[in-house]
Amino acid sequence: MAEVAAPPYRLIPIIPALKPGAMEGLRPFVASDKINEAIGFPGQLVDDWHDRAIAKMGELLSKYRSLKVYMDACVHCGACSDKCHYFIGTQDPKNMPVARQDLMRSVYRRYFTLPGKLFPKLVGARDLTREVLDEWYSYFNQCSECRRCSVFCPYGIDTAEVTMAAREILDSVGYGQKYSNEIIGKVHRIGNNLGLPGPALLDTLEGLEEDVKDATGIDVRFPIDVKGAEVLLITPSADFFAEPHIDSLIGYAKVFHATGTSWTLSSMASEAGNFGMFIGNYEQLRKIALRIREVALELGVKRIVVGECGHAWRVAYSFWNTLTGLGDGADETDRFAQMLQKQLDHRYKQPMHICEFTWDMIERGALSFNREANDKHIITFHDSCNVARGSRMGDFAGGQFEIPRNIIKAVANNFVEMSPETTREQTFCCGGGGGLLTDDLIDLRVKGALPRMEVLQQVVDEHGVNFMATICAICKAQFTKIMPIYGFDRRMVGGVHQLVSNAIILGDK
Amino acid sequence: MASILIGILFYFATLMFVVGLVYRINTYWRTPAPLLIPTTPAPTTQTGVVLRMTREVVFFESLFKANLWTWSMGWLFHASLALVLVRHLRYFTEPVWEWVALAQPFGMYAGLTMLLGLCGLWIRRLLVERIRYISTPSDHLMLVLLIGIAASGLLMSFVTHADVITVKTFFLGWMQLDIRPLPADFVLYFHLLSVAALLAIFPISKLLHAPGVFFSPSRNQADNPREKRHIAPWAAELEK
Repeated sequence: MAEVAAPPYRLIPIIPALKPGAMEGLRPFVASDKINEAIGFPGQLVDDWHDRAIAKMGELLSKYRSLKVYMDACVHCGACSDKCHYFIGTQDPKNMPVARQDLMRSVYRRYFTLPGKLFPKLVGARDLTREVLDEWYSYFNQCSECRRCSVFCPYGIDTAEVTMAAREILDSVGYGQKYSNEIIGKVHRIGNNLGLPGPALLDTLEGLEEDVKDATGIDVRFPIDVKGAEVLLITPSADFFAEPHIDSLIGYAKVFHATGTSWTLSSMASEAGNFGMFIGNYEQLRKIALRIREVALELGVKRIVVGECGHAWRVAYSFWNTLTGLGDGADETDRFAQMLQKQLDHRYKQPMHICEFTWDMIERGALSFNREANDKHIITFHDSCNVARGSRMGDFAGGQFEIPRNIIKAVANNFVEMSPETTREQTFCCGGGGGLLTDDLIDLRVKGALPRMEVLQQVVDEHGVNFMATICAICKAQFTKIMPIYGFDRRMVGGVHQLVSNAIILGDK
Repeated sequence: MASILIGILFYFATLMFVVGLVYRINTYWRTPAPLLIPTTPAPTTQTGVVLRMTREVVFFESLFKANLWTWSMGWLFHASLALVLVRHLRYFTEPVWEWVALAQPFGMYAGLTMLLGLCGLWIRRLLVERIRYISTPSDHLMLVLLIGIAASGLLMSFVTHADVITVKTFFLGWMQLDIRPLPADFVLYFHLLSVAALLAIFPISKLLHAPGVFFSPSRNQADNPREKRHIAPWAAELEK
């Protein structure tokens, strides 16, 4: 891999000047025949790609109100134009949300609107040429679907929806991205995104039990495939072996242990992540989510809890009920959903985030902590985009911001906030979300992290922050990789449950 | 002769406006939203959604967060336009409704602030590099059209003093399919032709942002996916 340098911090964080074409050449690897065909897409770019792409676009416009309205409603006001971390980091004008949308909107206008058919130049309409298709491939793979732009748009136009539609169209003509499509293949074939087979998983969990025993002297279990357990934990597979993810997995296990909760993992559904969302394909999104439904039914669990993973939590919180019936409030006549909903214990939210679980236990007084164990850390919290803008925790709007912070404050003494324009719903993506966490996009990932790194540097300088907690597997992996390039220690990043793990008092339960 | 032409043109423009808008709104209405995608934090109840939408439509809440310059010019323009439209109701009602009469003096000056807002938006579009980059010719022309409408209106109010009584007679008749004479006034012709053009392009242009905002799933959905199952008809088919 070529040496990648971090862009310099902006002296004053003003809006950068445009550098047209700066990221034009950057494109992730294209998926091979084998990868595409394994998940039902054409192996290579089909001969009649033009007609098929336009037909697919028409189909999506009739299936998704979001796309239809977002194609029409934009007035080019520019509210979003300086809000994307990739634009800030790369200065490429096509990374402005509005310009990214316009890559598709220009084609929409040409084929689906009267003025675009009659006066294409006047309204910025374009034919779908091979150059345009390549441009789509390049720039729709430079969006992490983080939704920051949608916060600021006066019509709520969400570029993530446009990116998803574009990727769906590209996949439908055999022009898919390798990283995401390969992972989707793995999740079906092996059960998780990392391709960790069942026996390896068992080994890892046994090793973890030994490690925790050595460190604490207590038998904390990591059960798997236990029928009749109360809680099924669905967590990103990175938690099983990647650093620092694994420390949070230990944290979840300790919380379950300390509260006497009967719980289990699943070898078949050993993955919370759902890359079906990243490629905007409803069938894949649904199929990947259905694994969890099947396992829940098979094991007969009463509750589903989801580990620290940003987009997984968006899918779980916002989409699982729709996709699989995993939730509450299905019609009496809805047999598909009722089948699962009757089994679940509705005194609890279904599904529940591990942070909701832990915070609930803290509030009930079921957990106690030695907060001094975290005194070596001066902690800040990075809100993960999908949690912040695509989900919720607790009973009130904004619980997704308060609950993780409450936990940190309950288990540690030193907590500082980063600049408010970069936290909560205005948080910046880590730079690696949305199916871009691949080495062939490392240049983009480094540049996209710029706005987060700038404000992290601020709290490091002012408050001596040495730990940035986050609740997303992609954030953790991305930061561990790119922070050294910005001159930070990679161990500065960790999970909220890593802090819980440090401080929790296990006793003899 | 000019009166008849303008009268017919207005029928045509109004027809395009109404039919086009009904068609568009119907399309938005009937297109399903298969997944819950409110931009969170979002209201958890329908009442909350109505409040969020009201703040968005009346105060441009999101734009306020995004950029104060665009917000102030945009809001000034839209609020002024609303007043101006209210004021113009007097040309279509006899007797004039009381609340319209009440708004009359404000409506006169709102024309000025409307023009100010439009010019501010255009200056931004011309001078800010990012906004210039994303602008299409139609974006500029739309502003030119609106500026033309506002300027010609102001000219008639404050300088040339158009014969508004005859104009009103024309529109009262027009509404009953009876075309009466308009005053021979080129500023008036320009004003009316521009308005007709605006009406006609409304349903096929970015002016669709007006109905569009109400149908935007990221703003009009309640955040309650765990409490209530939401499923689109085409997605439910997959379960059979």
